[in-house]
Amino acid sequence: MSEIRVLVGTRKGAFVLTSDGTRTRWDVSGPHFAGWEIYHLKGSPADPNRLYASQSSSWFGQLIQRSNDGGKSWEPVGNKFVYDGVPGTHLWYDGTPHPWEFARVWHLEPSPADPDTIYAGVEDAALFRSTDGGQAWQELPALREHSSASSWQPGAGGMCLHTILLDPSHPGRIFIAISAAGVFRSDDAGTTWRPINRGLKSEQIPNPTAEVGHCVHRIAMHRSRPGVLFMQKHWDVMRSDDAGESWREVSGNLPSDFGFPIDVHAHEPETIYVVPIKSDSEHFPPDGKLRVYRSRTGGNEWEALTNGLPQRDCYVNVLRDAMAVDALDPCGVYFGTTGGQVYVSANAGDSWAPIVRDLPAVVSVEVQTLP
Amino acid sequence: MIRVVLPAHLRALARVDGEVKLDVEGQATQRAVLDALEDRYPMLRGTIRDQVTLQRRAFVRFFACEEDLSHELPDAPLPAAVATGAEPFLVVGAGHAH
Repeated sequence: MSEIRVLVGTRKGAFVLTSDGTRTRWDVSGPHFAGWEIYHLKGSPADPNRLYASQSSSWFGQLIQRSNDGGKSWEPVGNKFVYDGVPGTHLWYDGTPHPWEFARVWHLEPSPADPDTIYAGVEDAALFRSTDGGQAWQELPALREHSSASSWQPGAGGMCLHTILLDPSHPGRIFIAISAAGVFRSDDAGTTWRPINRGLKSEQIPNPTAEVGHCVHRIAMHRSRPGVLFMQKHWDVMRSDDAGESWREVSGNLPSDFGFPIDVHAHEPETIYVVPIKSDSEHFPPDGKLRVYRSRTGGNEWEALTNGLPQRDCYVNVLRDAMAVDALDPCGVYFGTTGGQVYVSANAGDSWAPIVRDLPAVVSVEVQTLP
Repeated sequence: MIRVVLPAHLRALARVDGEVKLDVEGQATQRAVLDALEDRYPMLRGTIRDQVTLQRRAFVRFFACEEDLSHELPDAPLPAAVATGAEPFLVVGAGHAH
């Protein structure tokens, strides 16, 4: 029977949650790296026991940890993230030029084919790659050297490169998203990049339809149809059917189209999930009700999923990397909250149950489906 | 022999209990102590000082002999009591409650 391994990054350490395919009884391991912020951990699709974790602290900086046994043991690997050449400036919150400064790794994206190749999205926004299992990191500098980069400005959480999607059907095609610059695509493995934000409209920036400057919170794709992208923007849920060349809004009947995560059902490419949040000034769910919204039509028509989720007095947030799906049938959906709960639905969202209730604030959730 | 006391998070990272004892060749300075420390425990590179500029991280401080040595030059001699091992060199996470 399949095993499910849920990798949870929190403000105070990493946790590994495991269950059999019923997804009803869970074993909790952790905290690993207790007391450190774990922005993200993720397993290699090519070797599921190879895991990588981003460990950081304001005091002691950035570390990368690697496991070769599914998270039972870890070893620190390379943590030298140095921008290529003289990194130049972007805009600071007050609109003045500000030098590029490395702060932390937000997202780790292992190669689907090679356990030793992994990409890292960092703050201040840039893309790094390691081809030796995380020992040495090289920047792919063309993104940060894009002609628009001097005009990029941080979102409220920092100027982070938070999403990396590797297109499984187009070798060399990479989508990345930056708060608050937008989405960029490379078709040549990171040698050149161009912004793909046509159709986005952000009233918070001077030119709402500018080529760059949009606060994209998360993008997602289904492996079987990588030309279709879904986006949770600061406000608005968006969809592209042409690999990002153009976007259209699919917020439809959502109670709020502000939010952070977005994800796609493992077996139904038109079934997508978001967690509406009231507003950018109130990072909690509308009406104190924690509701996942599911669309089975690729957007526009949404239904609230509430069974098993708190429907009163709930004021947690769900951060951008804190939702994931497994590959079982029916598809499991998982998300973590800033209140320390990790919820699972073993039936594609119809009902939910907490796996754990009292972890530190959850920053990221990833799921591995093991044979 | 120089005695170094690390903060809890860095002891856990380096997998050491208690003090670290280091042999430092030549004059005992901050730089010499940190070089020896990072040679012995490579996982500490970047956690106390930047790997490129070698500047102390902003929230890390160095104490010894009841004095704050954080702003001393990296190549300034450490107090004789530290150099002889009579007193430890403390690496501290500023304001870090543990």
